Amino acid sequence: MATKAARIGEEVWKSRVDKINAEVVTLTYGTIVAQLCRDLTVPNTINKTDYNAVNKELDRMGYNMGLRLIEDFLAKTGTGQCSNFRETAEMISKVGFKVFINITPNVSNWSKDSDSFHLVFEENPLADFVELPDDGRAQDELWYSNILCGVIRGAMEMVQMQIEARFVSDVLRGDDTTEMRVTLIRIIEDEMPPDDE
Amino acid sequence: MAWWVVFALLIINKAGGLIYNRTFAPGLQKLDSNDYLILAGTFHGIHAISRSINPAPLAERLPGNRKPPTTGIESLESSHFRLTCFQAPTGVKFLLVTSPEQPNTDVVVRRCYELYGDFVMKNPFYSMEMPIRVEKFDRALGGYLVRP
Repeated sequence: MATKAARIGEEVWKSRVDKINAEVVTLTYGTIVAQLCRDLTVPNTINKTDYNAVNKELDRMGYNMGLRLIEDFLAKTGTGQCSNFRETAEMISKVGFKVFINITPNVSNWSKDSDSFHLVFEENPLADFVELPDDGRAQDELWYSNILCGVIRGAMEMVQMQIEARFVSDVLRGDDTTEMRVTLIRIIEDEMPPDDE
Repeated sequence: MAWWVVFALLIINKAGGLIYNRTFAPGLQKLDSNDYLILAGTFHGIHAISRSINPAPLAERLPGNRKPPTTGIESLESSHFRLTCFQAPTGVKFLLVTSPEQPNTDVVVRRCYELYGDFVMKNPFYSMEMPIRVEKFDRALGGYLVRP
């Protein structure tokens, strides 16, 4: 299964997607985060950034991207429904991340009942050249790449899976690795409409 | 030369609302827009039924696995046309009405889905689930489906 996903990812990335200079992406994303940090300040202060609000906003932006991106993903890769969450994890890492930003984060740390896992990012194009501001808070509060959590959440929701995604560590904060935890909350099955009678 | 041609494309959102309809060949018999809406809604219902009522024995399901997906109606044929339906895992349906002789309709309808992914979903000003009024999408579809 893992190799099948890797093959699809490789093939689609090679032949079916347009590519642009990675620095354009890195710089554009950096500008967005920096601007959010300037705009979203703690009430009644001039330049004290509310990093929680920034995280939330990034997640929301990603969510709206995910809702749309999933159609492109499904159309280009021609994949159907995964039969279980482990397969989904492989798809996210080896096809999703591969096709859109050419990285394949490692899937690890499965929970006992296979409903949550970690994505370990060995590289992260969004965070190249980035150093968090040294205001003593960004290091503890800002999840710089939080948009990725939103993208996954939005995309999964469109294929009937409600998940929660959040970063648990980030090399930008001085951690050893960059890791995201993805947890399946429930599968949204087709629901029968309530009885008319 | 064989008379094979794409007559029309309809796109139905996951709630059963018609969000796009367009004809591609000259001289077709017309439906009024209300009939299109009724057609879309009716097909949506029948398609949903065909997904859940199914004479085939249940496939074996490993513990922890999801219910295997069923596609529902994939095509309907009559002496004068064929309707090919493709439902994406997100629930959006593409209905392609062609002459019965048109080959590879499954490939054609998937290509339409790709164009939708590109030109509709990536247009930041398109609001999801709403009727599609996107000129670039019209042009791309025209370029693909209208025979010169």
